[in-house]
Amino acid sequence: MAKAKLEKTESPAMLEEFYREMLYIRRFEEKCNVAYRLGKIGGYMHTYVGMEATAVGIHHAIRPGHDYMITAYRDHPQPLLLGTDPVSVMCEIMGRSGGLSRGKGGSMHVYDIERGFYGGWGIVGGHIPLGGGLAFSSKYRGDDRVTICLLGDGAANQGVVFETMNMAGLWDLPIIFCIENNEFAMGTRLEYHAADTELYKRGEPFNIKSERIDGMDVIEFHKDMERIVNWVRKEQKPYWVEIMNYRFNGHGAADNDRELYRTKAEEAEAMKRDPIARLEKILLDRNIMTREKMEAIDEELSDKVDAIYEAADASPFPDASEVYDNVYTDIEPEKGH
Amino acid sequence: MAATQIASTTMSYRDAISKVLAEEIENDENVFLIGEDIGRYQGTFRVTQGMFDKFGPKRVIDTPITECGFTGIAIGAAMTGLRPVVEMMTMSFSILAMDQIINHAAKIHYMTGGQAKCPLVIRGPGGAAKQLSAQHTHCVEGWYAHAPGLKVVAPATPIDAYGMLRAAIRDDNPVIFTENPGLYTVMGEVPDDKDFMVPLGKANILVEGTDVSLIGYSRMTQVNLAAAEALAKEGISAEVVDVRSLSPLDMTTINASVAKTHRAVVVYEDWKFGGFGGEIASRIGEESFDDLDAPVVRCGGLNVPTPYARNLELECIPDVDDVIAAVRKLG
Repeated sequence: MAKAKLEKTESPAMLEEFYREMLYIRRFEEKCNVAYRLGKIGGYMHTYVGMEATAVGIHHAIRPGHDYMITAYRDHPQPLLLGTDPVSVMCEIMGRSGGLSRGKGGSMHVYDIERGFYGGWGIVGGHIPLGGGLAFSSKYRGDDRVTICLLGDGAANQGVVFETMNMAGLWDLPIIFCIENNEFAMGTRLEYHAADTELYKRGEPFNIKSERIDGMDVIEFHKDMERIVNWVRKEQKPYWVEIMNYRFNGHGAADNDRELYRTKAEEAEAMKRDPIARLEKILLDRNIMTREKMEAIDEELSDKVDAIYEAADASPFPDASEVYDNVYTDIEPEKGH
Repeated sequence: MAATQIASTTMSYRDAISKVLAEEIENDENVFLIGEDIGRYQGTFRVTQGMFDKFGPKRVIDTPITECGFTGIAIGAAMTGLRPVVEMMTMSFSILAMDQIINHAAKIHYMTGGQAKCPLVIRGPGGAAKQLSAQHTHCVEGWYAHAPGLKVVAPATPIDAYGMLRAAIRDDNPVIFTENPGLYTVMGEVPDDKDFMVPLGKANILVEGTDVSLIGYSRMTQVNLAAAEALAKEGISAEVVDVRSLSPLDMTTINASVAKTHRAVVVYEDWKFGGFGGEIASRIGEESFDDLDAPVVRCGGLNVPTPYARNLELECIPDVDDVIAAVRKLG
């Protein structure tokens, strides 16, 4: 019985969708890296390369556009999956007027509130109570939304995370804390920043159900997340999930010193867990897709991403007069130097 | 104004706040109160007395002692359209939540390019109560007024507390509403009007005068009123300008007063050095230089962590004598 159900969630059409989405994120992020090196993107930028299965698996476990989602600054893939106009995402990353925030946010502050994506935050751990607030709102209003609150393994040490976990446990907030454990808090390895590296254990003291799952196998991960999301929606209680993945790029685009915290050999070993390569093997083994088809999809997505970039690059920078817009909803701030 | 035409009730500053909180809970299902000991314990300063019994745990929420966490939860809830009113047991504790207030709430509307709003009020007593020592006596309004995206108000009278708190709750921006422990027992007339509002961003002339403008906010306005009375006995006509709102700041009213009196003393309980009174003083200097007959004088709190001993504590806070001494400096 369980077997039959699994077959359904692993339909060829769905696996192809997983594949397309993961590859789309990767090509999009690679394009961002190129644009950053060209000086078209400034400031801090953090890509999702290597972690694509996490975003895709979660996306297919929730009710997109209905459920709430909030994350830190590794925030490009979520709106792309939710159906946000990708040009508006790229424009925001490039600081253009066509951006979701008309260039006021940048790479770290991408939001699509209409689709339930609440950003896009730069202070490590700072958005966790906001996620608690989204879930609080659902409970207050009695709707059936689940809040996905993504955070890194580094953020998991911030005091406000424990404060929020306590209230989530105390008040039964329908929130899933998803720790994207990519093993590094910027340049500090897990074993140097966590007293106990099994972060999933941190749920228990707050009466929050928790577990550790693999985030590199999109098929299994999606099933796990679907089970967890359904449980939270039904039980109206929080969940603390430690998702094991790995980022292949540096912490951010400005991180050019990866060898200070990990070896090339380690990276090569980690890349054997590449979620995209892993799915490709399954697709080939099951005769769902040929290598030629994969290459065709790749070409299609690469062209698509190129077109997104070109369209974004054609968008003008915001007008200087806009600098005072949206400080307040109703008044202008004090002006002038 | 029209408010004086309608019926009113005499009540304390504390009861005026309490009244508007209850009325807004009844008026809007999105309004709720959240904070430490505000429910079952009835509020440390009793501002929320009786509310838990009346409105229940959904609308009056007791939190753990985690200012940063529950303020962040309120901000997140506000982003979805709820209207939380956060009580800080004292504004000194809001320092623990500053990352959430300044680095999150104040920037939401801007960083989202107008996609999200943060209709939030953070209220509580700021400034000296009585012998609460250095860690419970902060005046935080200047810190918050420094941050664009926040509105910061500090009413001095029951009617303004009543009208401005309602305006703050109905405002779509995050508002810091600082009370002062010394004001809770101040009595005054409050209109019987469940929609009465005092707009944020408007200063008010409480006493008209011709010789000097005494400019202040929160409890210092009460000190200025007493000082004006004392100065009148010496034949000095002082105008009392109640700033009421620090951000936005009504320089129009302040400059008009200075144009009339040609002298200004800015009075604030916060540390004198780097405090908000310095902003007002510099703005008068920039905008009303030609009207001034003497340099603007600041009269602020002493630059020390507030001491416990009552005589030392009183030494730190500007009083009527300090204001009069400041006026004398103007020559």
